[in-house]
Amino acid sequence: MASPLYNIPGVAPPPQVAAVPAGDAHDASSMRTVNQVLAQSQAGAVIDELERDLIGLAPIKARIRDIAALLVIDKLRMNLGLQAQAPSLHMSFTGNPGTGKTTVALRMAEILHRLGYVRKGHLVAVTRDDLVGQYIGHTAPKTKEVVKKAMGGVLFIDEAYYLYRPENERDYGQEAIEILLQVMENQRDDLVVILAGYRDRMESFFRSNPGMSSRIAHHLDFPDYPQGDLLRIADRMLEQRNYHFGPGARAAFEQYIGYRIKQQHFANARSVRNALDRARLRQASRLFVDKDREFSPEDLTTIAEPDIRASRVFQIAAAQNPD
Amino acid sequence: MMTNPAGRITQGQFSFLPDLTDAEIALQIEYGLNKGYAWSVEYTDDPHPRNTYWEMFGMPMFDLKDAAGVMLELHNCRRTFPRHYIRLMAFDSTRGVESIAMSFIVNRPAREPGFGLVRQESHGRSIRYTVHSYATDAPEGERDSG
Repeated sequence: MASPLYNIPGVAPPPQVAAVPAGDAHDASSMRTVNQVLAQSQAGAVIDELERDLIGLAPIKARIRDIAALLVIDKLRMNLGLQAQAPSLHMSFTGNPGTGKTTVALRMAEILHRLGYVRKGHLVAVTRDDLVGQYIGHTAPKTKEVVKKAMGGVLFIDEAYYLYRPENERDYGQEAIEILLQVMENQRDDLVVILAGYRDRMESFFRSNPGMSSRIAHHLDFPDYPQGDLLRIADRMLEQRNYHFGPGARAAFEQYIGYRIKQQHFANARSVRNALDRARLRQASRLFVDKDREFSPEDLTTIAEPDIRASRVFQIAAAQNPD
Repeated sequence: MMTNPAGRITQGQFSFLPDLTDAEIALQIEYGLNKGYAWSVEYTDDPHPRNTYWEMFGMPMFDLKDAAGVMLELHNCRRTFPRHYIRLMAFDSTRGVESIAMSFIVNRPAREPGFGLVRQESHGRSIRYTVHSYATDAPEGERDSG
Protein backbone atom coordinates (compact mmCIF):
# COMPACT_ATOMS: atom_id res chain seq x y z
CA MET A 1 0.00 0.00 0.00
CA ALA A 2 1.38 3.32 -1.09
CA SER A 3 -0.49 5.52 1.34
CA PRO A 4 -2.51 4.61 4.43
CA LEU A 5 -6.29 4.82 4.29
CA TYR A 6 -6.34 6.90 7.44
CA ASN A 7 -4.90 10.30 8.25
CA ILE A 8 -2.21 10.58 10.84
CA PRO A 9 -3.40 13.44 13.01
CA GLY A 10 -1.38 16.59 12.73
CA VAL A 11 0.54 15.33 9.69
CA ALA A 12 -1.71 16.02 6.72
CA PRO A 13 -4.44 18.65 6.93
CA PRO A 14 -7.68 16.81 6.16
CA PRO A 15 -10.56 18.40 4.23
CA GLN A 16 -13.09 20.15 6.46
CA VAL A 17 -16.34 18.32 7.01
CA ALA A 18 -19.41 20.45 6.43
CA ALA A 19 -21.63 20.44 9.52
CA VAL A 20 -24.87 21.02 7.64
CA PRO A 21 -25.96 18.80 4.74
CA ALA A 22 -25.42 20.89 1.65
CA GLY A 23 -28.60 19.87 -0.19
CA ASP A 24 -30.96 21.39 2.35
CA ALA A 25 -29.16 24.68 2.49
CA HIS A 26 -29.27 24.98 -1.26
CA ASP A 27 -33.03 24.43 -1.36
CA ALA A 28 -33.70 27.02 1.29
CA SER A 29 -31.41 29.60 -0.23
CA SER A 30 -33.21 29.56 -3.58
CA MET A 31 -36.49 30.74 -2.05
CA ARG A 32 -37.51 34.22 -3.13
CA THR A 33 -41.20 34.64 -2.22
CA VAL A 34 -43.10 34.67 1.04
CA ASN A 35 -45.21 31.76 -0.10
CA GLN A 36 -42.19 29.57 -0.72
CA VAL A 37 -40.94 30.20 2.81
CA LEU A 38 -44.41 29.69 4.27
CA ALA A 39 -44.83 26.42 2.42
CA GLN A 40 -41.58 25.15 3.88
CA SER A 41 -42.07 26.35 7.46
CA GLN A 42 -45.85 25.89 7.79
CA ALA A 43 -45.96 29.22 9.58
CA GLY A 44 -49.25 29.98 7.88
CA ALA A 45 -50.83 26.87 9.36
CA VAL A 46 -49.62 27.89 12.81
CA ILE A 47 -51.19 31.31 12.51
CA ASP A 48 -54.48 29.88 11.26
CA GLU A 49 -54.52 27.40 14.12
CA LEU A 50 -53.92 30.19 16.59
CA GLU A 51 -56.74 32.18 15.10
CA ARG A 52 -59.06 29.20 15.39
CA ASP A 53 -58.10 27.81 18.78
CA LEU A 54 -57.70 30.95 20.84
CA ILE A 55 -60.72 33.13 21.35
CA GLY A 56 -60.26 36.90 21.60
CA LEU A 57 -56.72 38.12 22.40
CA ALA A 58 -56.59 40.28 19.26
CA PRO A 59 -53.50 42.32 20.26
CA ILE A 60 -51.57 39.15 21.10
CA LYS A 61 -52.43 37.51 17.81
CA ALA A 62 -51.45 40.66 15.93
CA ARG A 63 -48.04 40.66 17.60
CA ILE A 64 -47.47 36.99 16.87
CA ARG A 65 -48.34 37.65 13.23
CA ASP A 66 -45.82 40.50 13.16
CA ILE A 67 -43.11 38.28 14.60
CA ALA A 68 -43.91 35.53 12.13
CA ALA A 69 -43.78 38.01 9.25
CA LEU A 70 -40.43 39.36 10.41
CA LEU A 71 -38.94 35.87 10.63
CA VAL A 72 -40.16 35.00 7.14
CA ILE A 73 -38.85 38.25 5.63
CA ASP A 74 -35.55 37.74 7.44
CA LYS A 75 -35.22 34.38 5.78
CA LEU A 76 -35.78 35.99 2.39
CA ARG A 77 -33.24 38.71 3.17
CA MET A 78 -30.71 36.09 4.18
CA ASN A 79 -31.23 34.27 0.87
CA LEU A 80 -30.34 37.44 -1.01
CA GLY A 81 -27.22 37.88 1.05
CA LEU A 82 -28.55 40.79 3.05
CA GLN A 83 -27.80 41.05 6.74
CA ALA A 84 -30.48 39.34 8.79
CA GLN A 85 -29.70 39.44 12.47
CA ALA A 86 -31.87 37.17 14.55
CA PRO A 87 -34.31 39.43 16.37
CA SER A 88 -34.46 39.34 20.13
CA LEU A 89 -37.65 37.52 21.02
CA HIS A 90 -37.66 37.61 24.80
CA MET A 91 -41.15 38.50 25.94
CA SER A 92 -43.08 39.47 28.97
CA PHE A 93 -46.72 38.50 29.32
CA THR A 94 -48.71 40.61 31.70
CA GLY A 95 -52.38 40.37 32.44
CA ASN A 96 -55.01 39.43 34.96
CA PRO A 97 -55.44 35.83 36.10
CA GLY A 98 -56.97 33.50 33.55
CA THR A 99 -56.30 35.62 30.48
CA GLY A 100 -54.36 32.88 28.71
CA LYS A 101 -50.72 33.74 29.46
CA THR A 102 -49.58 30.16 29.98
CA THR A 103 -51.66 28.84 27.08
CA VAL A 104 -50.11 31.35 24.71
CA ALA A 105 -46.59 30.63 26.01
CA LEU A 106 -47.08 26.95 25.22
CA ARG A 107 -48.23 27.91 21.75
CA MET A 108 -45.37 30.33 21.35
CA ALA A 109 -42.79 27.58 21.77
CA GLU A 110 -44.42 25.60 19.01
CA ILE A 111 -44.84 28.62 16.74
CA LEU A 112 -41.23 29.72 17.08
CA HIS A 113 -40.12 26.18 16.44
CA ARG A 114 -42.15 25.93 13.24
CA LEU A 115 -40.88 29.31 12.13
CA GLY A 116 -37.39 27.95 12.60
CA TYR A 117 -36.41 30.44 15.30
CA VAL A 118 -35.82 27.93 18.10
CA ARG A 119 -34.36 24.53 17.29
CA LYS A 120 -36.36 22.17 19.50
CA GLY A 121 -39.54 23.99 20.46
CA HIS A 122 -40.04 22.60 23.95
CA LEU A 123 -41.27 24.71 26.84
CA VAL A 124 -39.64 24.64 30.26
CA ALA A 125 -42.04 26.24 32.73
CA VAL A 126 -40.46 27.30 36.02
CA THR A 127 -41.22 29.45 39.02
CA ARG A 128 -39.00 31.04 41.64
CA ASP A 129 -38.47 27.74 43.45
CA ASP A 130 -36.83 26.17 40.40
CA LEU A 131 -34.34 29.00 39.96
CA VAL A 132 -33.45 30.27 43.40
CA GLY A 133 -31.49 28.18 45.86
CA GLN A 134 -31.71 27.92 49.61
CA TYR A 135 -28.19 28.81 50.62
CA ILE A 136 -25.16 30.68 49.30
CA GLY A 137 -23.78 29.08 46.15
CA HIS A 138 -26.90 27.06 45.49
CA THR A 139 -28.63 29.51 43.17
CA ALA A 140 -26.13 29.75 40.31
CA PRO A 141 -25.92 26.01 39.52
CA LYS A 142 -29.67 25.67 39.92
CA THR A 143 -30.44 28.51 37.54
CA LYS A 144 -27.83 27.36 35.06
CA GLU A 145 -29.24 23.85 35.05
CA VAL A 146 -32.69 25.17 34.24
CA VAL A 147 -31.27 27.41 31.53
CA LYS A 148 -29.38 24.51 29.98
CA LYS A 149 -32.54 22.41 29.94
CA ALA A 150 -34.39 25.21 28.17
CA MET A 151 -31.76 25.66 25.46
CA GLY A 152 -33.24 25.20 22.02
CA GLY A 153 -36.69 26.04 23.36
CA VAL A 154 -38.60 28.48 25.49
CA LEU A 155 -37.99 29.21 29.16
CA PHE A 156 -41.26 30.31 30.74
CA ILE A 157 -40.93 31.97 34.13
CA ASP A 158 -44.31 32.21 35.75
CA GLU A 159 -44.88 34.94 38.34
CA ALA A 160 -41.44 36.31 37.62
CA TYR A 161 -41.78 39.16 40.10
CA TYR A 162 -41.20 36.74 42.97
CA LEU A 163 -37.57 36.53 41.80
CA TYR A 164 -36.98 39.98 43.19
CA ARG A 165 -37.69 40.57 46.86
CA PRO A 166 -37.04 44.22 47.63
CA GLU A 167 -37.69 43.72 51.34
CA ASN A 168 -34.71 41.37 51.67
CA GLU A 169 -31.56 42.72 50.11
CA ARG A 170 -29.66 39.49 50.69
CA ASP A 171 -32.24 37.47 48.82
CA TYR A 172 -30.72 35.03 46.33
CA GLY A 173 -33.25 35.96 43.68
CA GLN A 174 -31.01 38.77 42.50
CA GLU A 175 -28.33 36.22 41.61
CA ALA A 176 -30.79 34.28 39.46
CA ILE A 177 -31.83 37.49 37.72
CA GLU A 178 -28.21 38.31 36.91
CA ILE A 179 -27.60 34.89 35.37
CA LEU A 180 -30.80 35.19 33.37
CA LEU A 181 -29.76 38.61 32.09
CA GLN A 182 -26.43 37.26 30.98
CA VAL A 183 -28.03 34.32 29.17
CA MET A 184 -30.69 36.51 27.58
CA GLU A 185 -27.94 38.68 26.15
CA ASN A 186 -25.36 36.08 25.11
CA GLN A 187 -27.41 33.05 24.13
CA ARG A 188 -30.09 34.90 22.21
CA ASP A 189 -30.01 32.30 19.42
CA ASP A 190 -30.33 29.39 21.82
CA LEU A 191 -33.35 30.19 23.91
CA VAL A 192 -36.28 32.54 24.30
CA VAL A 193 -37.20 33.71 27.78
CA ILE A 194 -40.82 34.55 28.53
CA LEU A 195 -41.69 36.22 31.84
CA ALA A 196 -45.29 36.20 32.97
CA GLY A 197 -47.23 37.70 35.80
CA TYR A 198 -49.91 40.10 36.94
CA ARG A 199 -49.66 43.54 35.42
CA ASP A 200 -49.06 45.83 38.40
CA ARG A 201 -46.54 43.54 40.08
CA MET A 202 -44.63 42.96 36.85
CA GLU A 203 -44.43 46.71 36.36
CA SER A 204 -42.83 47.22 39.74
CA PHE A 205 -40.52 44.26 39.02
CA PHE A 206 -39.34 45.92 35.82
CA ARG A 207 -38.98 49.26 37.54
CA SER A 208 -36.54 47.76 40.01
CA ASN A 209 -34.75 45.72 37.30
CA PRO A 210 -34.35 48.08 34.37
CA GLY A 211 -31.79 45.76 32.76
CA MET A 212 -34.42 43.05 32.54
CA SER A 213 -36.98 45.38 31.02
CA SER A 214 -34.66 46.65 28.31
CA ARG A 215 -33.62 43.15 27.28
CA ILE A 216 -37.21 42.19 26.62
CA ALA A 217 -38.29 43.28 23.18
CA HIS A 218 -41.95 42.36 23.42
CA HIS A 219 -44.10 43.47 26.31
CA LEU A 220 -47.46 41.87 25.63
CA ASP A 221 -50.43 42.86 27.70
CA PHE A 222 -53.28 40.36 27.88
CA PRO A 223 -56.63 42.16 28.04
CA ASP A 224 -59.56 40.89 30.09
CA TYR A 225 -62.07 38.94 28.03
CA PRO A 226 -65.35 40.63 27.19
CA GLN A 227 -68.49 38.75 28.17
CA GLY A 228 -69.13 37.39 24.66
CA ASP A 229 -65.65 35.88 24.47
CA LEU A 230 -66.10 34.19 27.85
CA LEU A 231 -69.31 32.58 26.62
CA ARG A 232 -67.56 31.35 23.51
CA ILE A 233 -64.74 30.00 25.66
CA ALA A 234 -67.36 28.13 27.71
CA ASP A 235 -68.78 26.64 24.51
CA ARG A 236 -65.32 25.55 23.44
CA MET A 237 -64.50 24.01 26.83
CA LEU A 238 -67.74 22.02 26.89
CA GLU A 239 -67.21 20.87 23.35
CA GLN A 240 -63.72 19.60 24.20
CA ARG A 241 -65.15 17.54 27.07
CA ASN A 242 -68.12 16.19 25.10
CA TYR A 243 -70.77 18.27 26.84
CA HIS A 244 -73.24 20.84 25.58
CA PHE A 245 -75.70 23.32 27.01
CA GLY A 246 -79.31 22.15 27.26
CA PRO A 247 -82.27 24.42 26.47
CA GLY A 248 -82.01 27.66 28.42
CA ALA A 249 -78.68 26.70 29.95
CA ARG A 250 -76.61 28.88 27.64
CA ALA A 251 -78.69 31.95 28.45
CA ALA A 252 -78.40 31.11 32.15
CA PHE A 253 -74.65 30.82 31.83
CA GLU A 254 -74.48 34.16 30.04
CA GLN A 255 -76.33 35.70 32.97
CA TYR A 256 -74.01 33.86 35.33
CA ILE A 257 -70.94 35.38 33.65
CA GLY A 258 -72.50 38.84 33.89
CA TYR A 259 -72.93 38.43 37.64
CA ARG A 260 -69.62 36.68 38.19
CA ILE A 261 -67.54 39.44 36.55
CA LYS A 262 -68.78 41.92 39.12
CA GLN A 263 -67.95 39.70 42.07
CA GLN A 264 -64.65 39.22 43.84
CA HIS A 265 -61.71 37.13 42.61
CA PHE A 266 -62.92 36.90 39.06
CA ALA A 267 -60.27 35.10 37.00
CA ASN A 268 -61.54 35.25 33.42
CA ALA A 269 -61.28 31.92 31.59
CA ARG A 270 -60.22 30.13 34.76
CA SER A 271 -63.44 31.18 36.50
CA VAL A 272 -65.39 29.94 33.51
CA ARG A 273 -63.64 26.60 33.70
CA ASN A 274 -64.31 26.30 37.42
CA ALA A 275 -67.96 27.22 36.95
CA LEU A 276 -68.32 24.57 34.27
CA ASP A 277 -66.61 22.00 36.48
CA ARG A 278 -69.07 22.74 39.26
CA ALA A 279 -71.97 22.51 36.80
CA ARG A 280 -70.67 19.10 35.79
CA LEU A 281 -70.65 18.05 39.44
CA ARG A 282 -74.26 19.15 39.82
CA GLN A 283 -75.23 17.41 36.60
CA ALA A 284 -73.61 14.22 37.87
CA SER A 285 -75.45 14.26 41.19
CA ARG A 286 -78.71 15.11 39.40
CA LEU A 287 -78.32 11.97 37.31
CA PHE A 288 -76.97 9.94 40.20
CA VAL A 289 -80.28 9.87 42.10
CA ASP A 290 -82.07 8.07 39.24
CA LYS A 291 -80.63 4.69 40.13
CA ASP A 292 -82.70 2.62 37.73
CA ARG A 293 -82.87 4.90 34.72
CA GLU A 294 -81.11 4.00 31.49
CA PHE A 295 -79.21 7.07 30.28
CA SER A 296 -78.94 8.05 26.66
CA PRO A 297 -75.82 9.84 25.40
CA GLU A 298 -77.98 12.96 25.27
CA ASP A 299 -78.65 12.73 29.02
CA LEU A 300 -75.01 12.27 29.83
CA THR A 301 -73.73 15.15 27.73
CA THR A 302 -76.30 17.83 28.55
CA ILE A 303 -75.68 20.56 31.10
CA ALA A 304 -79.23 21.62 31.96
CA GLU A 305 -80.40 25.04 33.06
CA PRO A 306 -80.91 24.06 36.74
CA ASP A 307 -77.28 22.88 36.88
CA ILE A 308 -76.22 26.45 36.16
CA ARG A 309 -78.96 28.19 38.14
CA ALA A 310 -78.05 26.33 41.33
CA SER A 311 -74.82 28.33 41.54
CA ARG A 312 -74.17 30.46 44.58
CA VAL A 313 -73.35 33.38 42.28
CA PHE A 314 -77.04 33.88 41.52
CA GLN A 315 -77.97 33.96 45.21
CA ILE A 316 -75.24 36.50 45.97
CA ALA A 317 -76.32 38.66 43.05
CA ALA A 318 -79.94 38.45 44.17
CA ALA A 319 -78.97 39.45 47.70
CA GLN A 320 -77.05 42.45 46.41
CA ASN A 321 -79.77 43.70 44.09
CA PRO A 322 -83.12 42.84 45.68
CA ASP A 323 -85.42 44.24 42.99
CA MET B 1 10.85 3.19 17.30
CA MET B 2 8.28 5.91 17.81
CA THR B 3 4.95 4.48 18.83
CA ASN B 4 3.13 7.80 18.63
CA PRO B 5 4.62 9.85 15.79
CA ALA B 6 2.05 12.64 15.94
CA GLY B 7 2.58 13.07 19.68
CA ARG B 8 -1.09 12.81 20.56
CA ILE B 9 -2.75 10.51 23.01
CA THR B 10 -5.45 8.33 21.53
CA GLN B 11 -8.20 7.68 24.04
CA GLY B 12 -11.92 7.41 23.44
CA GLN B 13 -13.75 7.97 20.21
CA PHE B 14 -12.42 9.98 17.26
CA SER B 15 -8.96 10.19 18.79
CA PHE B 16 -7.23 9.12 15.57
CA LEU B 17 -9.08 11.86 13.70
CA PRO B 18 -8.07 15.49 13.62
CA ASP B 19 -9.63 17.53 16.41
CA LEU B 20 -13.37 17.95 15.98
CA THR B 21 -14.59 21.45 15.28
CA ASP B 22 -17.23 22.93 17.57
CA ALA B 23 -19.89 22.30 14.93
CA GLU B 24 -18.89 18.65 14.76
CA ILE B 25 -18.84 18.34 18.53
CA ALA B 26 -22.35 19.84 18.62
CA LEU B 27 -23.50 17.24 16.09
CA GLN B 28 -22.10 14.41 18.21
CA ILE B 29 -23.82 15.84 21.29
CA GLU B 30 -27.04 16.11 19.34
CA TYR B 31 -26.72 12.44 18.35
CA GLY B 32 -26.29 11.43 21.98
CA LEU B 33 -29.20 13.56 23.14
CA ASN B 34 -31.44 11.93 20.55
CA LYS B 35 -30.45 8.58 22.04
CA GLY B 36 -31.37 9.86 25.50
CA TYR B 37 -27.83 10.06 26.89
CA ALA B 38 -26.82 12.48 29.64
CA TRP B 39 -23.64 14.39 28.81
CA SER B 40 -20.96 15.43 31.22
CA VAL B 41 -17.68 17.33 30.93
CA GLU B 42 -14.49 16.08 32.57
CA TYR B 43 -10.91 17.33 32.63
CA THR B 44 -7.48 16.15 33.71
CA ASP B 45 -3.80 16.94 33.32
CA ASP B 46 -2.71 13.32 33.73
CA PRO B 47 -3.37 11.44 30.49
CA HIS B 48 -2.15 8.05 31.73
CA PRO B 49 -4.34 5.38 30.13
CA ARG B 50 -5.17 3.89 33.52
CA ASN B 51 -6.34 7.26 34.82
CA THR B 52 -9.99 6.32 34.30
CA TYR B 53 -11.75 8.83 36.47
CA TRP B 54 -11.08 12.40 35.45
CA GLU B 55 -12.25 15.41 37.40
CA MET B 56 -15.89 16.34 36.80
CA PHE B 57 -16.56 19.83 35.56
CA GLY B 58 -19.98 20.48 37.04
CA MET B 59 -22.75 17.95 37.27
CA PRO B 60 -23.79 15.52 34.54
CA MET B 61 -26.48 17.19 32.47
CA PHE B 62 -29.74 15.29 32.46
CA ASP B 63 -32.95 16.22 30.61
CA LEU B 64 -31.28 18.44 28.05
CA LYS B 65 -32.97 18.89 24.68
CA ASP B 66 -30.35 20.82 22.76
CA ALA B 67 -26.58 20.68 22.31
CA ALA B 68 -26.21 24.36 23.16
CA GLY B 69 -26.39 23.60 26.89
CA VAL B 70 -23.49 21.14 26.75
CA MET B 71 -21.50 23.45 24.50
CA LEU B 72 -22.00 26.24 27.04
CA GLU B 73 -20.51 24.07 29.76
CA LEU B 74 -17.66 22.96 27.46
CA HIS B 75 -16.76 26.58 26.69
CA ASN B 76 -16.75 27.33 30.41
CA CYS B 77 -14.42 24.40 31.00
CA ARG B 78 -12.09 25.43 28.17
CA ARG B 79 -11.91 28.92 29.58
CA THR B 80 -11.06 27.58 33.03
CA PHE B 81 -8.63 24.86 31.88
CA PRO B 82 -7.31 25.93 28.47
CA ARG B 83 -4.32 23.55 28.57
CA HIS B 84 -5.87 20.48 30.16
CA TYR B 85 -7.32 17.45 28.53
CA ILE B 86 -11.11 17.82 28.38
CA ARG B 87 -13.48 15.07 27.35
CA LEU B 88 -17.20 14.74 26.90
CA MET B 89 -18.92 11.63 28.17
CA ALA B 90 -22.41 10.38 27.43
CA PHE B 91 -24.06 8.31 30.12
CA ASP B 92 -26.70 5.88 28.97
CA SER B 93 -29.14 5.39 31.83
CA THR B 94 -31.11 2.65 30.09
CA ARG B 95 -31.77 -0.22 32.45
CA GLY B 96 -29.20 -2.89 31.87
CA VAL B 97 -26.71 -0.49 30.28
CA GLU B 98 -26.21 2.22 32.93
CA SER B 99 -22.80 3.01 31.63
CA ILE B 100 -20.80 5.41 29.50
CA ALA B 101 -21.88 5.08 25.89
CA MET B 102 -19.71 7.74 24.27
CA SER B 103 -16.51 9.47 25.31
CA PHE B 104 -14.20 11.68 23.31
CA ILE B 105 -11.49 14.26 23.88
CA VAL B 106 -12.41 17.80 22.93
CA ASN B 107 -9.44 19.75 24.24
CA ARG B 108 -5.71 18.97 24.47
CA PRO B 109 -2.62 20.79 25.66
CA ALA B 110 -0.52 22.29 22.89
CA ARG B 111 2.35 19.91 23.61
CA GLU B 112 1.74 16.32 24.59
CA PRO B 113 4.96 14.79 25.86
CA GLY B 114 3.69 11.20 25.61
CA PHE B 115 4.80 8.16 27.58
CA GLY B 116 8.00 6.40 28.47
CA LEU B 117 8.61 2.75 29.25
CA VAL B 118 9.86 2.14 32.76
CA ARG B 119 11.78 -1.01 33.59
CA GLN B 120 11.92 -2.11 37.18
CA GLU B 121 14.35 -4.81 38.22
CA SER B 122 12.49 -7.29 40.29
CA HIS B 123 13.53 -10.49 42.11
CA GLY B 124 16.03 -12.63 40.25
CA ARG B 125 16.60 -11.39 36.73
CA SER B 126 12.97 -10.60 36.00
CA ILE B 127 11.99 -7.16 34.82
CA ARG B 128 8.69 -5.41 35.42
CA TYR B 129 7.50 -2.99 32.81
CA THR B 130 5.18 -0.05 33.23
CA VAL B 131 4.17 3.05 31.33
CA HIS B 132 5.10 6.45 32.67
CA SER B 133 3.48 9.66 31.53
CA TYR B 134 6.05 12.45 31.07
CA ALA B 135 3.27 14.95 31.74
CA THR B 136 3.25 13.90 35.38
CA ASP B 137 6.95 14.69 35.90
CA ALA B 138 5.92 18.20 36.88
CA PRO B 139 3.79 18.62 39.97
CA GLU B 140 0.08 19.08 39.60
CA GLY B 141 -0.83 22.60 38.57
CA GLU B 142 2.46 23.13 36.68
CA ARG B 143 1.91 20.43 34.10
CA ASP B 144 0.07 22.56 31.60
CA SER B 145 3.04 24.81 30.90
CA GLY B 146 3.82 23.06 27.59
